[in-house]
Amino acid sequence: MQASLPLLVAIPLGIAFTIVIVAHVRGLKALAGALATLAVIANLILSLYLLGSDEALSLYIGRWGPSGARTLGIELVCDGLTTLMLIVINMVALVSIVFAGPYMKRFTKTWLFYSLFLLMTGAMCAVVLAGDLFNLFVFLEVAAISSYALVGFGCESEELEAAFKYLILGTVGSGFILLGVTLLYAMTGHLNMARVAEVLPSAGLTSPAVLLAAAALLGGLALKAAMVPFHAWLPDAHPSAPAPISAMLSGVLIKAAGVYVLARLVFNVLGPVPEYATVLMVLGAASMVIGVFLAVGQWDFKRLLAYHSISQMGYVVLALGVAAEILATGGSTAVAGLCLFGGLFHLFNHAAFKSLLFLSSGSIEHQTGTRLLKEMGGLSKRMKVTSFCTRVGALSIAGIPPFNGFVSKLFIIVGLTMAGHPILATLAVLVALMTLLSFIKVQRYALEGEPGEKIEGVREAPVLMCVGLLLLAGVCMTAGLATGTIKKHVFDPARNALMKPTVSSTEGVSE
Amino acid sequence: MGVAIYLLTFALILLGLYTIVAKKNLVKIIIGVLIIEYAVNMLLVLVGWRRGGSAPIQAGESAQTFAAGAVDPLPQAMVLTSIVIGLGLVALMVVMAIRLYEKYGTFDTDKIRKLRG
Repeated sequence: MQASLPLLVAIPLGIAFTIVIVAHVRGLKALAGALATLAVIANLILSLYLLGSDEALSLYIGRWGPSGARTLGIELVCDGLTTLMLIVINMVALVSIVFAGPYMKRFTKTWLFYSLFLLMTGAMCAVVLAGDLFNLFVFLEVAAISSYALVGFGCESEELEAAFKYLILGTVGSGFILLGVTLLYAMTGHLNMARVAEVLPSAGLTSPAVLLAAAALLGGLALKAAMVPFHAWLPDAHPSAPAPISAMLSGVLIKAAGVYVLARLVFNVLGPVPEYATVLMVLGAASMVIGVFLAVGQWDFKRLLAYHSISQMGYVVLALGVAAEILATGGSTAVAGLCLFGGLFHLFNHAAFKSLLFLSSGSIEHQTGTRLLKEMGGLSKRMKVTSFCTRVGALSIAGIPPFNGFVSKLFIIVGLTMAGHPILATLAVLVALMTLLSFIKVQRYALEGEPGEKIEGVREAPVLMCVGLLLLAGVCMTAGLATGTIKKHVFDPARNALMKPTVSSTEGVSE
Repeated sequence: MGVAIYLLTFALILLGLYTIVAKKNLVKIIIGVLIIEYAVNMLLVLVGWRRGGSAPIQAGESAQTFAAGAVDPLPQAMVLTSIVIGLGLVALMVVMAIRLYEKYGTFDTDKIRKLRG
């Protein structure tokens, strides 16, 4: 089973370069989309296959295994959390690439799109598999560079402007991540995450140097995850990209490159100490509240969704922060586990419903040519499948039972209350209500009412686009009902992966 | 001298941040990003540096004397990777700045403002 780990990275990267060659051979250009879809399907099957393993898998590239106290090679690690992230990444990638078939027809050079898309997917798989800090940084950059290019794919002036802004802020963020990695290497002499975690307690988990490294890392990653106050690029960049890419960026990139790495570093490498817990809680609560207030006033559908991404990721980071606080202060591990489960389940659910909503907005834009809510109206009569899926996504994100968003928000709110943060729990409830309010607006203006001038004669989107939407709508509807089953098989291993090494690091604190 | 050169890298990072925040010209902003990048690369090389260290090429001496005298080669390998990544980023940034110039006819960020906020 170990042997399949490098394949998860090698297949998308290999096919990405093959596509570039194939596109220059006469008559084979049309194969680009099919090749890319096959690569993503293979990846999804591989990551579902990894669910079968009970313990963490680890593989040293080129068999450069550890010798003595040193690790020589690059290590790929696959534990429960990695498997969860791999499934999320490849699920959203598959749906986006199916959707992209008809959607990308309006652009020239679609082979370039498929190539960059696979580059981004493969790099994200490598980020979640990385067991080595520098390798993590390199693949963060590969994923980021392909996403910069994809945001500016249309080459219109707004898209270029958004991509440039994203590029500058993203590069500053990665500069700080590299700074943090450098400082950690200087202190410990290791790059392997497990070794760094072993050595750090002897340097003192909250010594000034470690805090400086952590500040650089957390700042850079908060920028990648678009936490308030580092969020300025997201509402420009995510709506400017083509719809399948918006779905990938909001659905997985800010999680794989931002929240996942934050969680991995705070829980497994730096060790959950109260300082980081406070930082995560402040970032999470601020993103949750400010994101939703900025979202309510938007009339551009995609921009509204982008602001909701900030707000929903706030929930996840807040839950992670509270769990870190409980673990750091030695509170009940059951409550910490509840918070972690809520956060991770919300991460999964957000990937499903936010990708669904972005793809729906793309489908509406494809058929009507507008993104403004006021120019839509009456879509439920003209585009039955799309509006059904939009409605499922809207009800999920707003937290209406029995959809998946309700279950994960409930777990987060219960977890916050049990952890002794009733004020944060109240805030979470209020933000959920504001989310509901803003999606009532979406349904009222886009789906209900009389059709506007632009809506006359609009027809349903092409079949492949509807298939993509229905797949994700199915995930949204079943994930909430099957919570017990997927918790046992997917989320419990993921949660244990975050909680397990903290036992040794809390011992380090007490020494 | 030892501490001063570390402080210089942090001063450079701050200078780069200032350039990005305060300057209105796309090209100057790109230069600011580059200053940050090079400062971090310099810190990375400095981490493996030791006073009077030799080049990390083992030529006949025993492993102990080599390890005691040579600088750490790992950060140098990392810096090479980081420089290559930086090259890709600079190419992308410059291309985007040129495309923006074609669209707007200016490098001034005050005039490139079709997006709100």
